[in-house]
Order: sequence, then structure tokens, then C-alpha cells
Amino acid sequence: MTVDDRFPRGPREPGGDEEPGTRSEIVTGPVRDWATDFSHLEPEWSADPYPIQDDLRQRCPIAHTERFGGAWLPTRYEDVAAIAYDTDRFSSRAIIVSNLRPPRDIAPIGGSPPISSDPPFHHDARKLLLSAFTKKEVARQEPATRAFCHSLIDSFAGRDVVDAAHEYAQHIPMRVIANMLGFPPEDGPQFRAFVEDLLEGINLPPDDRQERVSRLFDYLLDQVHAHLDEPRDDLTTFLINAELYGQKLSPDVVTGAMALLLIAGIDTTWSAIGASLWHLAKTPADRERLLAEPGLLRTALEEFLRAYAPVTMARLVKDDTHWQGVDMKADDWVLLSFPAANRDPAHFDRADEVVIDREVNRHAAFGLGIHRCLGSHLARMELRVALEVWLERIPAFTLADPGAVTWSAGQIRGPRALPIRIR
Amino acid sequence: MKVQINPELCQGHGRCYDLAPALFGADDEGYGQVLGDGIVSREAEHDANLAVLNCPEQAIELLEEE
Repeated sequence: MTVDDRFPRGPREPGGDEEPGTRSEIVTGPVRDWATDFSHLEPEWSADPYPIQDDLRQRCPIAHTERFGGAWLPTRYEDVAAIAYDTDRFSSRAIIVSNLRPPRDIAPIGGSPPISSDPPFHHDARKLLLSAFTKKEVARQEPATRAFCHSLIDSFAGRDVVDAAHEYAQHIPMRVIANMLGFPPEDGPQFRAFVEDLLEGINLPPDDRQERVSRLFDYLLDQVHAHLDEPRDDLTTFLINAELYGQKLSPDVVTGAMALLLIAGIDTTWSAIGASLWHLAKTPADRERLLAEPGLLRTALEEFLRAYAPVTMARLVKDDTHWQGVDMKADDWVLLSFPAANRDPAHFDRADEVVIDREVNRHAAFGLGIHRCLGSHLARMELRVALEVWLERIPAFTLADPGAVTWSAGQIRGPRALPIRIR
Repeated sequence: MKVQINPELCQGHGRCYDLAPALFGADDEGYGQVLGDGIVSREAEHDANLAVLNCPEQAIELLEEE
């Protein structure tokens, strides 16, 4: 057994009475007015946020809500971009809106670096990871990803209807990131629970939420111990050994970065694959065109990412500020809605249509500025391979029951039930 | 014409080396790099324009040569 003082073994100390930070009242229930009381966690939003965003962009381009202790929702591309670039005024110390604001002194590192980090720490933490996620590096995962997609489709033999979200899309990013981190591939169902706990359980009581978060970190610490005992050529061993400023990383940075790599790539890519298959299942003309012109898939993919961008990030306002005509208070949340930006008619022609041969497509699905999605090359590879294999193996498919399709609530949006007729 | 990447703006989205692999490559961290002298041949003009117009950070410039 290898001893590393940073990661003690044995029973863990209880995490203290309660997580530090500022709590706000949990407010749920139907939205009265989207301009003044929005909530991205209500069913109306998850079912179809686009008409709501389009309406807000016209009549109230920076919407507000008192929920979550105060939050803003800009819907114009230019405003979303300006906030993404303005790291002086907007902090990433929390990037998922909830009813608990972490204490200010967790900046500039944050709980899951580098996504939760601000300059100057952000740059150095991100630099550690960039080389593992280049297009060239993730190409090494492509053959295994393709074989895995085929194995999922093999398992559909004899069936007429399958759930493309539950039985196909979700497994692909889980398997790939488990490989990269060196976690047991059969732990997928646990990953799903972690994702739901962190990203969808926003309005649960804080103690319940805290317990769910500690389950994730207990799991990650177990994985660290397994890797200390048996170092491997994977990202977990890499993070355990990595150095910053001449020292090994602190244990919180190691597990925080592992949490980010595990969670951030799963439901995001699962959502992108699911939304693309949903679109093709209900749009036979686009499906047939991609079958006839497979070379168009790379262009179509970007359009699916634009039109069904799965990810909305968040920022916290650093100090009281008058911004684009609204008065933001210190510690107000700001939702950075890349999906809304991607449908702004001031930035895109035919913004509300899916145009699979759109050649000029300067979308922001992977964010803008210093926090550009670290895994964007991995996500694009997984999405492309998932669609290539599906179209090759199941060229004809339709929605089995449009009314049975359900979408996730919260900042990551994609189909969670997607019954598709495959023959 | 000649292409140029502003390294202050590039964030490594990689659209340029996806769309115009004859003109752009990636460095070890995934940031875009102009290959060679960046001179754009007539046949490469379409791809060069696509790279400019699809860069999410608007980091690529197409310069008229003197």
C-alpha cells in the first residue's frame, strides 16, 4: 500500500456541521412571469425553453428572478459573450446556480478547478489538463468509442423500440471518461446518480445536497487510493503526480478536478447525442440527406450543437455593478445561456431553424473566452462517432411516441427518455 | 492573401484546423497555429474564409498581401 499523506485512509472525518456559504430560500412552483421570476428548473422550461428565451430576448433581454437568492438571465448573444469575457466582474467560483453560494475565499481556485477557477490560478490549472484533451490526444479514444457504440446497438437485436437516451446516448460518454480516468467501467450507474445529484438536485434541502456531494467525493477518494496502490497511465494517476508551482497538487484540487472531469463530460455529451438523434428521428428529410451525404455530418453536427446546445453555465457577480442597464448586486447569479445566445437572430440567420448544411456557424455551444470547454474535442469526437455508428446500423428510425420524450431540468438540457422505433 | 491567428484571442476551439487543415494545425495544448507562411492559395481561399467566419473567438484574420 502506497502512503500519500495528502489522502489519508480509514474512516473519514465528518465534514463538519454544514457547508460554509450563504444560503437562500428554496423557491419552487410555477413561474409567474419569465422576465421577473424565471426558473430554469421548472418543467415548462425543460420541456421547451426556446419560445421563452425568444420572447425574453425581445421584451426583456436581461431577465431577473428572486429565486436562488437573485439571478439574471441574459438572452442576447452579445451579452452572453460580454459576460463570458469579463472575468473581472463575473466570477466562476460557482458555476451551477443553487441556493448555496460558496464563500468568497474559495476563489480563485473554487471547488472543481479549473472550471470553478478565476485568473490567475485558472490559467495554470487549465494548462495542466489541456494536453490531455487535444484533438490529437482524444483521437486515441476513437476506436474504443466506436466499438462500444457498436456493442450497444448489438444489444438492441430483436427489439422494435429502444430508448436512445437511456440505452445509447448516456452510456457513451460514461464509458469514455471512465476509461480516461481509470475508473471501473461497471460504475456507470453510480456516475449517473452523481450527475443527477449535482446538476439536477438543485432545489433539494441543503443537508441532503451536501450528503450527495460527499458521496461523490468519497467515491473519488476511493479511486485515488486504488491508483496510489496501482498507478496507471490515466488521468487519475496523472493528477495525483501533477505539480503546480513546484509542488504536488493539494488533495482538494486533485479530487475537485477529478469531479469536474467525471461530471462535466457525461450529461453534456449524452444530451448532445440524444438531442441530435431526437432531431433526426422527427425530421426524415435531414436523416435521409445525411445517409445520402455522409460527408455532411461534420457540418450538421455543428448545427445540432448550435440549435440544441446542452450547456448553460453560471457566474457570480463580484461587486455591485450597473451592467447593460440593470443593477446587479454582489453575489447575484448570472446564467450564461449559450443555448439562448445560439438562437439570437442578431447573430444567426434563420436562428430558430435547424439548417444542417449551415456553413458559417459561429456558435457558442462550448462557451467563449478562457473557460472554453476543456473537453470540446472529446465531445465532438463522441458525438460524431455516436451518430456515424447509429446511422450506419439503424438508417431508418422514428420517434415511437413523441409525447413520451422527456428532457432534463436545470443547466444541462437534453432528452432523458427518448423512445425510438428502430424497425 | 495570408491568414494570421491572434494568440491573445485563440482559446483552442479548433474550428480552424477542422475546417482548413491545410492552413492551420494545433500546438501541444490545442491552440491554433498557422502552418508555414500562412499564404493562402486560390484553391484554399474558401477554406480560409470558413475558418475566419467560424472561429468563435474571432481570432483569425485574413490579410491582403502587399
